[in-house]
Amino acid sequence: MSSEWREYLRPNVTLPFCPGCGHRLLLRHILTALVELEVDMDKTLFVSGIGCGGWIPSPCINTDTLHCLHGRAIPFAVGAKMANPELTTLVVSGDGDIADIGGNHLIHAARRNHDMTVICANNMNYGMTGGQVCSTTPVGAITHTTPSGNERNPFDLIALVNGAGAKYAARYLVTEGPSLVAAIKRAVQTTGFSFVEAISPCPTQFGRQNKKDSIKDAYTYVESMVTSSDTIGMGRSVDADGLLVTGEYVHA
Amino acid sequence: MPWRTVNSVLPEGRYYYTGAEAVAEGAIAAGCGYFAGYPITPTTEVMEHIAHRFPEVGAVFMQMEDEIASVCSCVGASWAGRKSMTVTSGPGFSLMQEGLGHALMTETPMVLVDGQRAGPSTGQVTVGAGDVMQARWGMHGGMPTIATAPWSVQELYDGAIRAFNIAEKYRTPVLVMAEAATMHLRETLEVPAQVEVYERDKAPGQPPFGCAAPDGVPPMPAFGEGEKLLVTASTHNEWGFRRTADPETERVLVNRLYNKVMMHVDELAEVERYYLDDAEEAIVAYGFTARAALAAVESLRTDGRKVGLMRLLTLWPFPQKAVKELGSRVKRILVPEMNLGQMVYVVDAAADCQVVPYTQMDGTVIYPSSIVNALGRAA
Repeated sequence: MSSEWREYLRPNVTLPFCPGCGHRLLLRHILTALVELEVDMDKTLFVSGIGCGGWIPSPCINTDTLHCLHGRAIPFAVGAKMANPELTTLVVSGDGDIADIGGNHLIHAARRNHDMTVICANNMNYGMTGGQVCSTTPVGAITHTTPSGNERNPFDLIALVNGAGAKYAARYLVTEGPSLVAAIKRAVQTTGFSFVEAISPCPTQFGRQNKKDSIKDAYTYVESMVTSSDTIGMGRSVDADGLLVTGEYVHA
Repeated sequence: MPWRTVNSVLPEGRYYYTGAEAVAEGAIAAGCGYFAGYPITPTTEVMEHIAHRFPEVGAVFMQMEDEIASVCSCVGASWAGRKSMTVTSGPGFSLMQEGLGHALMTETPMVLVDGQRAGPSTGQVTVGAGDVMQARWGMHGGMPTIATAPWSVQELYDGAIRAFNIAEKYRTPVLVMAEAATMHLRETLEVPAQVEVYERDKAPGQPPFGCAAPDGVPPMPAFGEGEKLLVTASTHNEWGFRRTADPETERVLVNRLYNKVMMHVDELAEVERYYLDDAEEAIVAYGFTARAALAAVESLRTDGRKVGLMRLLTLWPFPQKAVKELGSRVKRILVPEMNLGQMVYVVDAAADCQVVPYTQMDGTVIYPSSIVNALGRAA
């Protein structure tokens, strides 16, 4: 199985990620899910926005890919899916792209229940522009635009999309491989709007600014903000201590 | 062959339609398969008409959360194989500029109708023509665009079909710079039995973003055809691979995008001439204002004044040759506009004669008498 996912990579593409980037793991998990689902890659469309997360499908994945404006991947995907409902349509992009500049499109796509999967690669900062605060940065975290620590509350993306009407939502760390692969598979199999938040450590920007000088320390730091839940259902997606709860949040 | 003759969707005959209805029916006749929009006066009626009509013809209608989403979804739909359109007005046109740039850079055919109102900002929801320069220079990057200026209900119908044909042939967004005045106008529309439509070229296995000719238009596959397309609005080579730090890739791409419009100005840029054969003075006008200009010319002609009208059917690419030639044989050109002077600068640059603006920006249309008076003052 481990060799098969690589066959879905676009030939002659050098993966564009920094050392230790969680997005590389996420790419593998997405492709593993598609391999296991035996999805027809000729009828699969990946849509992505601007930022490190946008580079996960474009150019890495060997399907039709549409690389869009910053924040607008979802409406581009809506148009493609409405024009050709046969396309298995996935949006893969970063937290800044999907939740900050594109937040309005996220909630409306969930509300209208478009039959597509949105995978948000959440690295908790704007990585490509050098590490600025975004709507998912934890309180207290250092970024280039919050030198004294972030004072604003982050979005709970799971609560957000569930409130907007998502039919399936899940959150896992990219290091929780089997769970994340299973979640992506369920999302793709869901009829209607599905959402997967993949928490993806960014050692180069987010880790380094928070004095995590090794890839391992950066992962430990992000993992310390997350707690796991075995509960499947409408549990809390952030616990009493403010930790992000991983798991599946399934609707009807 | 990409050109096909198809039966009109509306039965042949005479209709008494508004401009909004005509542009919607023109889009249907052209084979538009996807519409996305957001309500805004004075173009909401187009969307309402389409919401009723598209389900009858198997096309997809979407009311999106804003104008940004509308234009972006048109790009997605176009790549999924459907001719796509959005309709808006000033504030929405501003919001759409970035998405238009994406369409231009990815060579995505689509049609955008701007029912111009009186700006700036929210301004007035009445008539104006304040977006004509924005149609050329609104997007960052300054690439040439294709923009038309219909003056009648008939031309909103015919012009919608032509806009789709140009968009598909040249693989670029086409802007129909309509106005509130024509959108809300109701007059006779003649629907022919058949129309000519352009269907996009397909060439499986060929590069979708490059070709040998410096002004060439590559074939356009669609998503779902097994081409594994790599579509990006970042600088890309002929296969769509990003080359964002390579000067040669950028030069090749932007020069071809420039040339595919500017080397075809003769085909794209249309004018109409009225009473110009012996004219000593001329009016250059476009859109609804050209109707008043023609009435003014006919009134002045009855008084024996040798004045004519050149109507710009195309604003961009600008009909440089025609205006330059006109300027060489009249002593004066008056340019009436429902803004504080926009196309007058372009006319002035092209024409080697006196060029006089007549501007009116108060949410009302320009009357023929105002143009007659303006020409009287200029003499």
